[in-house]
Amino acid sequence: MALLEVEGLEAQYGWTKVLHGIRFEVEDGGITTILGANGAGKTTTLRAVCGMVRTAGEIRFDGRRLAGRATEDIVRLGIAHVPEGRGTFMQLTVEENLRLGAYARREKGALAGALTRVYDYFPVLGERRRQIAGSLSGGEQQMLAVGRALMLRPRLLLLDEPSLGLAPLVVREIFRIVRAINREERVGVLLVEQNAATALDLADHAYLLETGRVVMSGPSADLRRDDAIRRAYLGY
Amino acid sequence: MEIFLQQVVSGLATGGIYGSLALALVMIYQATDVVNYAQGEMAMFSTYLAWTMINAGLPYWAAFVATLAIAFVGGLVIERVVIRPVENAPILTIVIVCIGLLVILNSLAGWIYSYIQKPFPSPFPETPIVIGTVVFGAHDLGAIGVTLVVLVFLYVFFRYTMLGLAMRAAAQNPSSSRLCGIRVGWMLAVGWGLAALVGAVAGMMVAPIVFLDPNMMGGILIYAFASATLGGFTSPGGAVLGGLIVGVVENLVGTYVRFIGTELKLTVALTMILVVLVVKPSGLFGRAVVHRV
Amino acid sequence: MTGARAWERALVVAALALACALPFALSGFRAFQFTQVGIYAIALLGLNILTGYNGQISLGHGAFYAIGAYTTAIMLDKWNVPYGLTIPVAGLVCLVAGFLFGIPALRLEGLYLALATFALALAVPQILKYFEHWTGGSQGIVLSRPEAPAGLTLTPDQWLYFMTLGVLVVLFVLSANLLRGRTGRAIVAIRDNPIAAQAMGVNTALYKSLTFGVSAAYTGVAGALSAVAVAFVAPDTFNVFLSITLLVGIVVGGLASISGAIFGALFIQFVPNWAQDISKAAPWAIYGIFLIVFMYTMPRGIAGSLKLVLNRLARASGGAGGPV
Repeated sequence: MALLEVEGLEAQYGWTKVLHGIRFEVEDGGITTILGANGAGKTTTLRAVCGMVRTAGEIRFDGRRLAGRATEDIVRLGIAHVPEGRGTFMQLTVEENLRLGAYARREKGALAGALTRVYDYFPVLGERRRQIAGSLSGGEQQMLAVGRALMLRPRLLLLDEPSLGLAPLVVREIFRIVRAINREERVGVLLVEQNAATALDLADHAYLLETGRVVMSGPSADLRRDDAIRRAYLGY
Repeated sequence: MEIFLQQVVSGLATGGIYGSLALALVMIYQATDVVNYAQGEMAMFSTYLAWTMINAGLPYWAAFVATLAIAFVGGLVIERVVIRPVENAPILTIVIVCIGLLVILNSLAGWIYSYIQKPFPSPFPETPIVIGTVVFGAHDLGAIGVTLVVLVFLYVFFRYTMLGLAMRAAAQNPSSSRLCGIRVGWMLAVGWGLAALVGAVAGMMVAPIVFLDPNMMGGILIYAFASATLGGFTSPGGAVLGGLIVGVVENLVGTYVRFIGTELKLTVALTMILVVLVVKPSGLFGRAVVHRV
Repeated sequence: MTGARAWERALVVAALALACALPFALSGFRAFQFTQVGIYAIALLGLNILTGYNGQISLGHGAFYAIGAYTTAIMLDKWNVPYGLTIPVAGLVCLVAGFLFGIPALRLEGLYLALATFALALAVPQILKYFEHWTGGSQGIVLSRPEAPAGLTLTPDQWLYFMTLGVLVVLFVLSANLLRGRTGRAIVAIRDNPIAAQAMGVNTALYKSLTFGVSAAYTGVAGALSAVAVAFVAPDTFNVFLSITLLVGIVVGGLASISGAIFGALFIQFVPNWAQDISKAAPWAIYGIFLIVFMYTMPRGIAGSLKLVLNRLARASGGAGGPV
């Protein structure tokens, strides 16, 4: 059984339908990517999983149905969402941002261990722990967002365009860490990206979304070889 | 010089009261972006509850603690029941609902307890404390002390507890807070509860001075509003300091500027605040809000 | 012309006809109450121009109401100026006062502006008491009520009513024209996006202080009318509560809506009386509950809800379905 199973997912904003019944899966400990152009419905897909938009269809996480649950409760099941725009608490310190990531965890004493772990992955955050988060660079804020998600010790990590607006070197660094997290902690990853080349390198499965429909899916290697994808999304 | 010191001291005493109510205003504002015009009446109502309990024979401090608990729950319930339906309405709609709440509480208190002034006990001794030639009222000093305790309590709560942190987060970035598992609606409610608690403290500290009646907080709320603005609506410490400044300035102006006397002192205090605001629009200790273009 | 517009016109005509018939069907006391409604409506329109259209919150328009009232009262009492003349003078005085107050207010936003205006509302009664020689101190000034001009067979109550109605119609037409045109667009643009407005070449500072002035002038005219109608001014009638009542009036009536001023005026004139009828013991509790329930059901005020109904009616009757 897959960790996340989505079937016939529809979503709409007001009267505008954005997703027209899509289907995808994330394996336990696997990395799945959803590719697509601007406006294809990638962000909406992630928001739908977290109960942030009105949806129809089936979303099962670890066998449990998510439809109708509040975002706060979905988070408690172990789904961490790194949102579009990073969702930084600009006026709080770096460490306060991270502590908030562990808010939903009940275990006592989990906080210190989780903080150490995040600082191991992102030493720069450790150096700036007392700094106001709003003063971080874009790349550092993205790291902070991933770090905040890690604080939950999630089973599934949702990443919304982590490469957006960042220098290639920084993007490579972040993706390297995501891979390490995925391997070391067996965290499933659902990655939404416009940067198809990088995403396909990281993911084992990929789906291609066009105007709210899945038009192609399969192992990343297969998609990378596909001529249409190469021309439209990889650019060679 | 003696008169001067004496006026400063009594100014600090009333200023402490303004400061504590200002603190409550700032808290709700920070947690919810709403200025609660009913804050004063909530405080007044809590004080009546304390009065009822003390009259029923409860020791002062037991009644004090019980009142704080009731005020906290009351504030929480008011947010959930009265404010929540208009949470997403335009800001002025919320203001009007608060005004509605204000007149309801005021009217209810008058109905239940009548508009006749009642004495309210002070937990502090009556004998004044004399240092040199300056006389300190024990209650005045006690009230300032209590305000400072509340301030420290709030500081620790917001700075070092998870709940306090979550409340700050919820006010700043609700959607990101939900993704952390924070129940944003409840954080707002807790904010109202805490503010009601702080207001209740202010009410119980001011009642021995001005006597208990349904309109006792009206004037004080105005000064508290002024104090919070002076200190900057974003700074709890600034609100308390603002209160002290307003209290002292009001007293000194009333004493020393002859043509003003007691009649115009409110006007002068407010004018001075206006001048401060025009020079420094976000208050003395407030953060300027940076607008993104 | 769209369907909704046609309905709107018809309603305005009907309302005017009703307004003209009203004083002949009612007792003098009732007519006086409706005079008060008209006066409030003018004050509310003034406040709505500032708060509803321009986005500057004022908790202190009672101050301008007071300044208007006292300007008229002093002119009548000290110099025997004909009352008809005092009203525009009161408007002018408030225009200047509002404009001047609007300049420092430029520096303030939202909450802080609300406090600044609130302070004004608090200060004015005190200042009025202070200048006892002119204002009669806390005793106030007693005036005599005007009779209807010779040749008109109206009672003083009816005459006051029609005078108020006349001023109201003139001021409403003026403001409707002002707000629908270029100036109105600039005023609203400043509320919605001040930076963009400035970038488009709107002199925001000038417009904002001018709006403050015009708004104060309207409210001042209302104050002047009330001095004439009530024939008495005293500092304590212009307390903070008056300012709050005016704010309640524009929100209940409907922000950024001209007709909202009338609805709001009806509300603040009559609802407290009804509350009194329902419960003698705690009338304000009833008023407060009414206010809150009102805001729940019509968060955008009476005019806002009415607009929705009108649009629906227009669509149902096969009209072109005017823009919402």
